[in-house]
Amino acid sequence: MNPLLTYSNVTKQFGSLQALKDVSLTIEPGHIVGLLGPNGSGKTTLLKIACGLLKPSSGTVSVCGLPVGPQSKLRVSYLPDKNYLSEWMKVSQIIDLFHDFYSNFDRNKAYEMLGRLDISPKQKLKTLSKGTREKVQLILVMSRSADLYLLDEPIGGVDPAARDYILRTILTNYNEQGSILISTHLISDVEKVLDQIIFLKNGLVALQSSVDDVRAQYQKSVDELFREVFQC
Amino acid sequence: MTWHFDNDRPIYTQLLEQILFLIISGQYPPGSKLPSVRELASEASVNPNTMQRALTELERMGLVYSQRTSGRFVTEDEAMIQRMKDSMGKDKILALFKDMEQLGYDADQTMELIHKITRR
Repeated sequence: MNPLLTYSNVTKQFGSLQALKDVSLTIEPGHIVGLLGPNGSGKTTLLKIACGLLKPSSGTVSVCGLPVGPQSKLRVSYLPDKNYLSEWMKVSQIIDLFHDFYSNFDRNKAYEMLGRLDISPKQKLKTLSKGTREKVQLILVMSRSADLYLLDEPIGGVDPAARDYILRTILTNYNEQGSILISTHLISDVEKVLDQIIFLKNGLVALQSSVDDVRAQYQKSVDELFREVFQC
Repeated sequence: MTWHFDNDRPIYTQLLEQILFLIISGQYPPGSKLPSVRELASEASVNPNTMQRALTELERMGLVYSQRTSGRFVTEDEAMIQRMKDSMGKDKILALFKDMEQLGYDADQTMELIHKITRR
């Protein structure tokens, strides 16, 4: 199988700060991968490069064998870690916007998920709580039938009950030839859903492994290993 | 059924044990069809690849078999299920003796206590 996402010797420099240092990574189809690292380790930068929001200072990235560009963007569904939707819009208007924007957006799926989470499509974004806004953003992203989902902190502001629903939504909605890359601090919540993990430390890949290999090798969960590796 | 996972062991082995328990206890009777990998993974909130690995292992042990088009089934070999049941029972008793030993009971004292309780 051809890799879905490949980073080859990727370095990203912000002025004097080196955010990514010679990162080489491959992600195969059919996996849910956790991108784990402390604040400022380069997680968001790594994701932004794969969806074309940032250009690497050196090195190359390819998605489904394509260089990052207009063609690869159709194959990638990206959830940023910030609010980027217009506050004055109603949820239904945003759904229309996504429908216009992305040919692989499934409007029915979006409405179905909104219904399950009791979110009214008539509400304006600015009247929604932080957690509900995050849910809406995730619904939009997961309603696209993409090959690669890049989710930057998808469950940070969401309560534990909704977190379970969201994780199950992620599990049941991604296509089996696709992959999901999730960056998060809430490792213990997502650990069971992941099958692979990447530890990012100061812009370097410290570890890439399967979750069960970590557990077999260290007799501890990924969450416990993380706390040990990144102890302050 | 709620799924529970310990931190210090691989998830797939724990899935395997819990499905094995469902088979032994008759919740998945001999010859019955198992839910799909996706359904089981979603029910246990685990990665489908991890669930797949547990089922492949059960298949290798001979407890489930797959039919290419119609899915996975529990074995019809009831003797084999009985053997697994005996083996799981034995493990539980050994674990009990080990716990009792840590409390300061030797095997005879544990047996004595068991008799006392069950005779009531």
